[in-house]
Amino acid sequence: MRQEPTELTPARAFRQGIAAGAPFTLVVTPFGMVFGVVATDAGLSVLETLSFSVLVIAGAAQLAAIQLMTENAPVLVVLLTALAVNLRMAMYSASLAPHLGAAPLWKRALVAYLMVDQAYATAFTRYELEPQLSVAAKTAYYLGAVTPIFPLWYLATLIGALIGNAVPPGLPIDFAVPITFLAILAPLLRSLAHVAAALVSVVATLALAFLPYNLGLLVAAVLAMIVGARIERWRARQAETR
Amino acid sequence: MDYTQVQIWALIVMIGLGTFALRFSFLGLVGRRKLPDWALQHLRYTPVAVIPGLMAPQIFFPPANGGETDPGRLLAASVTLAVGLYVKNPIWAILAGAGTLTLWMAMVG
Repeated sequence: MRQEPTELTPARAFRQGIAAGAPFTLVVTPFGMVFGVVATDAGLSVLETLSFSVLVIAGAAQLAAIQLMTENAPVLVVLLTALAVNLRMAMYSASLAPHLGAAPLWKRALVAYLMVDQAYATAFTRYELEPQLSVAAKTAYYLGAVTPIFPLWYLATLIGALIGNAVPPGLPIDFAVPITFLAILAPLLRSLAHVAAALVSVVATLALAFLPYNLGLLVAAVLAMIVGARIERWRARQAETR
Repeated sequence: MDYTQVQIWALIVMIGLGTFALRFSFLGLVGRRKLPDWALQHLRYTPVAVIPGLMAPQIFFPPANGGETDPGRLLAASVTLAVGLYVKNPIWAILAGAGTLTLWMAMVG
């Protein structure tokens, strides 16, 4: 049988990426609006709120920062916690490097700036299925997947920030953040190790609440990561011996 | 919130730069070098290690309720998690949780 060369042009790859990323607009829009409402409600100006979304583009970290800022946590603790929430990005970066490492520096920088969970998951799945795609096609596919997502993130944040003051005071807006986080968290609880890490995180944070500067959370997160990795290794050994 | 304007802007810019550094790390500077397996194994758990702890105090001891456990908020959180686990779509989970709390507030107060 003759093997046809599979040469996907960057332009086609970009269009395919857009189609793959389009459904995520349904997630990004309400999430961005929640951030806009919560941030202005906490006391940030519209410009500060929008700048947050443009410079960071990471909803979970942004909401985590706002949460700690409403508790008046020290600046360094807010910074470290937001970056801890984003540590997974380093993992994404490491797993994209074999596929996109040969792309021009400015394209890699652009992919890095636009690295969000949904686009990463979409693109990485495609790379695993078709590793033979050219670097140009892979880069174009990534940038396509993120194109329906990031402009909406800015826009939704702005709309949320502008209507923020119009939200009636009786509504339990304080709970929008936990609900949003729980909704993001649920699909991530896909193995015993993930569930155990989540439980350790909760129990240890509450038990270490006496530590100053919200440091209990950072200690609890390290403990939870260790527990998750340990259980993963233990399960792998079990599977081998069976 | 008791921060100065300078502190707020410093935070926004530093979180932005730090996040970019994390995203660019291996893609940009380390290039094709691979992370050691033990590091990947731990990094995989960062979201589930940070988010639950961050939210636990707000869920169990909500400041908006004077730090007292509130059955309405606990119920809303449980519904959100259950729907999220079942349908895997964050939008439905958010709507279910927000709906539960709104209903609770309307009926119980």
